[in-house]
Order: sequence, then C-alpha cells, then structure tokens
Amino acid sequence: MVNRPHLRPATGGSIRRQLVVQLLIVAAVLSGLLYLSVRGVADTAVETTQDSILGAATIAIAEELRGGEDGVSIDIPYTAFSMLGSIGEDRVFYRILVGGETVTGYPDLALPESPPGSGLDPRFFTTSYDGSEVRAAAVVRSVLVEGRNTEVMVIVAQTRGAKDAIVAQMANRAALLGLGFFALAAVLSVITARSVLNPVQRLAEAVGRRGPDDLRPVERPVPSELAPLVRALNGFIARLSGALSRTETFIAEAAHHIRTPLATLRTQAEIALRKTDDEATRDSLRAMIRAADDSARSAGQLLDHAAVVYRTDQRTEERIDLCQLARDMSDSFGPTADIRDIDLTTDLCAPPVEITADRLLVESALRNLLDNAIKYSLPDGSVAVTVGTDGGRAVIRVLDRGRGLSGARTTQLTGRFRRGTNVADVVGSGLGLTIVREVARAQGGEFRITEREGGGTCAELSLPL
Amino acid sequence: MRFLLVEDNPDLARSVADRLALDGHGVDIAGTLSEAEDHLAAATYDLILLDIMLPDGDGRDFLAAHRRAKRDTPVIVMTARSAVSDRVALLDTGADDYVTKPFDFNELEARVRAVLRRRMGTSSPSVSFADLTFDPLSATVRVAGADRELRNRELRLFEILLAAPGRIYSKGQLCDRLFSATEAVTDNAIEVYVGRLRKKLDGSAARIETVRGVGYRLVTD
Repeated sequence: MVNRPHLRPATGGSIRRQLVVQLLIVAAVLSGLLYLSVRGVADTAVETTQDSILGAATIAIAEELRGGEDGVSIDIPYTAFSMLGSIGEDRVFYRILVGGETVTGYPDLALPESPPGSGLDPRFFTTSYDGSEVRAAAVVRSVLVEGRNTEVMVIVAQTRGAKDAIVAQMANRAALLGLGFFALAAVLSVITARSVLNPVQRLAEAVGRRGPDDLRPVERPVPSELAPLVRALNGFIARLSGALSRTETFIAEAAHHIRTPLATLRTQAEIALRKTDDEATRDSLRAMIRAADDSARSAGQLLDHAAVVYRTDQRTEERIDLCQLARDMSDSFGPTADIRDIDLTTDLCAPPVEITADRLLVESALRNLLDNAIKYSLPDGSVAVTVGTDGGRAVIRVLDRGRGLSGARTTQLTGRFRRGTNVADVVGSGLGLTIVREVARAQGGEFRITEREGGGTCAELSLPL
Repeated sequence: MRFLLVEDNPDLARSVADRLALDGHGVDIAGTLSEAEDHLAAATYDLILLDIMLPDGDGRDFLAAHRRAKRDTPVIVMTARSAVSDRVALLDTGADDYVTKPFDFNELEARVRAVLRRRMGTSSPSVSFADLTFDPLSATVRVAGADRELRNRELRLFEILLAAPGRIYSKGQLCDRLFSATEAVTDNAIEVYVGRLRKKLDGSAARIETVRGVGYRLVTD
C-alpha cells in the first residue's frame, strides 16, 4: 500500500516513430526516383554524344567517296577515326557497300534493319559484333560509277565500353546524390517529428510539473488538434478536485460530528463528577470520560493515519528546519506536559538541521512521539527532544523516563493497532507508532524505539539530510 | 475570568459554560458568528473560545477579520481535527492556541494560563492572602519578600484551596480537579502534592490543615 510504484501507461506505438518512418519511406522513394532519372538522363546524354560523333565520322568517310570510270575510290580520312577515339579506348569497325556488295571493311558487320534515306542523314542502330555490343551509324550516298548512279552505304560501328563507363560513373554519382538526399531527409524528418510533437511534450511537462494540490484547469495555448485532449484533461481535473474536496469536507465533517458529541459527553461527565460524592457513581463517570477520550483519540488517529497514507502518495517536499519544527511542537505540547508537572525540554544542535521532506508527515511523526512520551511518563517526569545529525542523516530523538517497553521490540510496537504489554491503563489506539513508521518509510528514513539505560524509552527517527 | 464561547452545538455550549462556571468563570454563549459580533460590541472578554464550523461561516474567517480590526482579545480555537497542518494554519491566522475536541478542562485551563501569561507579561494581577501574595499567571507565591515558584499541580491545588479559604475539600474532590480522569492515581497521590505545597508556603501565616478523615483546608494563623 505504501511506496506504490508510479504507474506507467501502456504505450501503443509512438507517434514520433510512426511519423519518422513514414517520412523516411517517402524520402527513400524520392531518392530512388532521383537515382533512376539521373541515370536515365546520363544514359541518353552519353548516347546522344556518341551518336553525333559516330554520325559525323560516318559522314566524313562518306564524303571522301569518289566515283569514277573504274569504280569507287575511297581515302578513309584519319580525322574520322581520331574523332571516334575522343570518346575512349573503343574498337571501331566499318563496312562500305557499293550497290549491295561489300567492297571494304568487315563484311559481317550487321546492316540496319531499314536502309537509311539518301542525303547523308545517318541512321543509328545497336547491334553486336564479335561478341560485343556496338553502336552503329549508317549513311547512304549516290556516287556516279561508270556513268550510273550507284548507292554506296557506309557503316561505322563502335563498341560501347567508354559510354558504359561514363554512364556507370554518373550512376554512381546519382546513387551518392540519392543517399545524400535520403540522409538529409532523415535528419529533417526527425527534426520535423520532434517539432510537430513539441506541443504535446510541453503540455505533458506543464501538467507533470504541477504540485499535488494544484488542480487548476490547464490553460496554456495548445494546437487545435490537442484541444480535445486538453478539454478531456480539464474535465478529469475538475472531477478529481471535486472528489478530493468532497473527501476533505467529509473528513472534516466526520471529525466534527464524532468529536462534538464526545466533547459534550466528556464535559457533562466532568461536571457530574464535580457534583457527586458517591464513589460508585464517580467511578462510572471516570470510566465514561476514559471511553470518550479513547473514542476521540481513535477517531483522530484513524483520520491522521488516512492522511499519512494519502500524503505518502502525494508528497509535497519542501525544506524544513527540524530545530524550528521541534521547538514549535514542544511549545504546543508545553501545557499538556505542564499539567502533569512533566519537564519538557529541547536540545537542538547549533546550526539548523534542514531536510527536504513533507512537512505534514514529519510533523505527524513528531507529534505522535511527543504525545506518547508525555502520556507514558510518570508525573514529575521529564521528556527531552533532541535534534542532531549523525552520518549524513538528521536524527530526532524523543527521550522519556517513563515505564519503558518491557522488552518489546520496534517491530512489535509499530504494527497497526498493536500496543505494548505494559500500557493497559493508559488510553491509546495502537496507531501512533504505526504512523511514525509509515512516515519514516515514506521519507526514506528509519524509526527505532529502544529501552533507555536507567529506565524510560528512546524513540529515534532518522531522516536523510 | 469572562469568556465568550462561540459554539453552535447548544448541548456542548451549555456544558462547557457550566463546567467553566464551576471554576468561577463567567461565560457568554454565541451560536453564530453574528451573535459573537454582537457580544463583542457590547462587552469585553478575557478570552474567546472559538469553534471552526459555524452555521453562518468559518471561524477562521472570523478570526482573520478579528485580527485585521486590531482587536487583541486572545482566541483559543476549538477544533475537531487534530492534523498538525490545521494548527499551523490556525496560529498563522492569529489564534493564540487551539484545543482539540473533546478537551480536558485541566489542559484548557493550562493553555488559557499560558496564553494570558504571554499576553500580559509581568503586569498580571495578583491575589493576597494572609501575609503572602500570589500571582497565578507567573505561578509564584511571595513569602516574606521571596518569590517561590509553584509547579503546575501545586499551583492548581493552591488555587482550589484559595478560592474558598476555610472550606474543607476531600481527597477525592481534589484528585478530580488535579488529575485527568484518564490518569491512574491513588488517593494518597494528593498527599504528595499537599506536602509539596506546604513546603512552598513554609514561613508564611497561611498553612494547609489536615482535617482527619475528611480532607484539607487553607487556614491562616
């Protein structure tokens, strides 16, 4: 019941993760498209370049064709091949046909599927030669041979090694570009997800920072998407604060309604006691007064115990000066000790001993210890409250010269409704030390009650500094 | 002393008034805060006993208004709750002290005495009997020019005897007034305190006489 761990909400996935993953998928698709399109453009560009060089070389050869009475003569220009060499270390093949007959070059070089039109307009096609893929250009020209117009076809082909190398190189760059784009998009999507979810985070922090008594509605401006959540939260806060204030009111009223009649009963019994001389009646009246005190004390301690358990979950920590607290508490118990001629003294160490704790809890503990010490002291006895430090802990001791513990141990006395074996004649509820123990536990401290040398009891509450 | 008792439960108010009257105090009862205002306007009181939950408002608000108006009649709050935070809040509001219902009248008396002692300091009125002077607030008797301090029970015993010199009080009567009903005491416990008080009065013309088989009385030589 005490030290209940904080409840962790069940989480069904993360909006941020979902957002990041979706943004990354979009970025990956875009990067892929970028890669493919760059690659495609590069491929086309390189092919166009190769084609235009091939075309120019083919035309240059075709223009050198000379017709004559004894056939066709050709002087293959060196420039044609040097142009082709500018693309790369590729092999070049050619074939020249006159009227359908191969006259020079590589006779097995493939012809275009449809013959190019005359007029030096090259036709480009892709075929394979000698096991390699080649790009070829073919032109047709009419030459006067033996007085007749004869069609001469010039085909020039080139392997595609250089073109493939260039395309591969550009593809690599495109891949790098795509990866870079993807990495940038990943970073941006994480940043975006965070900034989109920032209002949620800030709202959570604002609600989380609140003290346990702060039940005002949430009023910070939020994006419209969060408005329903905040409305629901405010509705819940309103219901909670209503329930709490009803509980508080109920406890106050319960105490009032129980204790007021008891006060009347006790007072009437005291009056009767003063007015009668009959010993039997007087004994009954004393028993009535004891019973009234007993009920009142039990009711009070049950409510205190409920308050301590409630506060254990809802602590409001603050800096407390234990010396000041001990002084105030002794002042308040002064008259109670006084009517039994008990000396109530305080011995507080010189520098104030400050701890971080819930004031109400520590006060409840100290009040119960003082109440016990005075209750179990003999008339003319003495009770001392000391505050000091010991090994990094604040130590409060309440010492009396009362009846002691008859060998009972701390654990036997701090159980709920458990009392010592030697206290039947003193009014008590058996909850006082339970409250002290629970306070010690809630504040990470320790409580010990021991027999004192020379008689009496030493109750020691140590709390972390 | 004159008390103003602000308490809405008529049974309790009547009982407390009767009980205080037994000790010779005068008590006016107000059942609501507005009645309390009327009483305060008409008379002066030594002390106000104030309940918290009243039909026409919260006793703490009344207390705060009382202090804002710079009226300095001491106030002891009667609360039904025992939580310490209540006490701190009450004292901050301007209460001089508080008692938790149901209260022991011996304790109430001790608290009233402590409040008045704080308020009045050394200027408290004293009572003379025979050749001694008695100051109830500072709990001292002056015998032959020397102040002797009385412990609480000696003080109360002396007050009881001094209220009616010559009257005989039985041990039982004295026990009821000196000890709380929840304390286990024997009749001869009273002899201890009579003995102590006799020592404090030693050398004065006032003395406590034992009336054999009946009780004690205060007489002067």
